[in-house]
Amino acid sequence: MTVSVSLTVNGKAVTADIDPRTLLAQLLRENLHLTGTHIGCDTGQCGACTVHLNGRAVKACNLLAVQAHGANVTTIEGICGAHGELHPMQAAFREHHGLQCGFCTPGMVMNAIELAQKHPNANEATVRAELDGNLCRCTGYHNIVKAVLAGAADMSKSVNNSVKG
Amino acid sequence: MHTFDYHRPATLKDAVALLKKTENARPLAGGQSLTPALKMRLAQTPALVDLGALEELRTIKLEAAVLTIGAGVRHSEVAESKDVKIGLPVLAKLAAHIGDRQVRNMGTLGGSLANNDPAADYPAAVLALSATIHTNRRSIPADKFFTGLYETALKPGEIITSVEFPLPKRAAYVKFKQPASRFALVGVFVSEGGGQVRVAVTGAANSVFRLKDMEKKLGEKFAPEAIAKVKVSADKLNSDLHAAADYRAHLISVLAQRAVGEALGGK
Ligand SMILES: Cc1cc2nc3c(=O)[nH]c(=O)nc-3n(C[C@H](O)[C@H](O)[C@H](O)COP(=O)(O)OP(=O)(O)OC[C@H]3O[C@@H](n4cnc5c(N)ncnc54)[C@H](O)[C@@H]3O)c2cc1C
Ligand code: FES
Ligand code: FES
Repeated sequence: MTVSVSLTVNGKAVTADIDPRTLLAQLLRENLHLTGTHIGCDTGQCGACTVHLNGRAVKACNLLAVQAHGANVTTIEGICGAHGELHPMQAAFREHHGLQCGFCTPGMVMNAIELAQKHPNANEATVRAELDGNLCRCTGYHNIVKAVLAGAADMSKSVNNSVKG
Repeated sequence: MHTFDYHRPATLKDAVALLKKTENARPLAGGQSLTPALKMRLAQTPALVDLGALEELRTIKLEAAVLTIGAGVRHSEVAESKDVKIGLPVLAKLAAHIGDRQVRNMGTLGGSLANNDPAADYPAAVLALSATIHTNRRSIPADKFFTGLYETALKPGEIITSVEFPLPKRAAYVKFKQPASRFALVGVFVSEGGGQVRVAVTGAANSVFRLKDMEKKLGEKFAPEAIAKVKVSADKLNSDLHAAADYRAHLISVLAQRAVGEALGGK
């Protein structure tokens, strides 16, 4: 069976005829070539594939693409400013060395953006608890937590912190 | 995944008809349990009927003595709902600690109950609060709903539409997380209301269950010390690489006392 799915990805309308087994992560990476969404575990555990579905963080490897029909999807490619400037959360990861190999980073950033929107004054304990859906095998998390705290502070300061999707 | 047909009905009526049409067709809610099972070929189905477009399953209604939550309401929506926080704060807190943010943003109440994972959180709340599960066909009391390992009283093609929680006088849920999966290694939900005390345990056996010895003692005196000496048998409890049965039995006793303390307003 082939089904037609229509959704908005990073502000652009997309329609595709797909096998209903297609995962959202697959549609993004293989059909749309948005390879910033990483597949780490492919079992819903590691969070590397995190994207936003109507503004909420979800694991794209644990979602059928058809479940995103009619929805707004934002990936790591869709969060920068109009002229390509880094999102405040991305800038904070760079500034605070919140990555080593970078494999987990897109998922961390996407989760951290919703975290910061939900908890604008998050403290360290909240950040650690709320990042529990994202695993990193390199950093030991300390600098990720620093980056998220700084990114959250910048997001609440920044007038232009509206994230698409 | 094995192949399947996919349907996205717009009404409950159409969803019921589609499930009826194909033998072994299955509803899809958040997909946080079903999709991994399909991916690992632990489950297969000729047709998935996606309940995602059914707005009628997505309401939360707070009345004087009951809170009714639609089967399609997501864990994060329960955690953030004003009505749930006012009427049944213990449930908002429980939902806020299911899995992780991404799982909570997709997973639903109905999906969790229909799945009846032995370590899931909602079944403990439903059983301890003596909730009623409404389906497209009937209303099932909590005591009759959970029938075994991943088994429920649901018949093929039956769809949970909502869950009705009577509001307790007091209640608390204490979960000891299995740190890798975040499911309950053991979770104990205690509630007092409508003239009865109920204690439900998840994570410890093949399905959620009640501890009637503790309920009786707490009915006489609702205090942690009232159950400190109630012996919990390890006989039917799970042993796995995370915990042995006697460890789980001990945890049940400790967590139940903590839950009673928390229900009384202590911490
Ligand atoms: C990483 C991870 C961590 C998790 N941690 C926890 C945890 O700590 N605690 C916990 O409780 N759970 C946990 N879960 C499970 C999670 O809560 C799931 O969301 C839930 O078990 C299933 O809900 P769903 O809406 O995703 O259902 P689905 O996966 O879509 O469906 C599950 C089953 O229910 C059936 N179904 C769905 N809706 C209905 C309905 N309305 N009527 C009848 N049948 C229906 C489906 O056919 C299927 O058999 C975790 C999951 C993951 C991936
Ligand atoms: S790749 Fe999706 S959670 Fe790991
Ligand atoms: S930076 Fe390598 S996995 Fe996180």
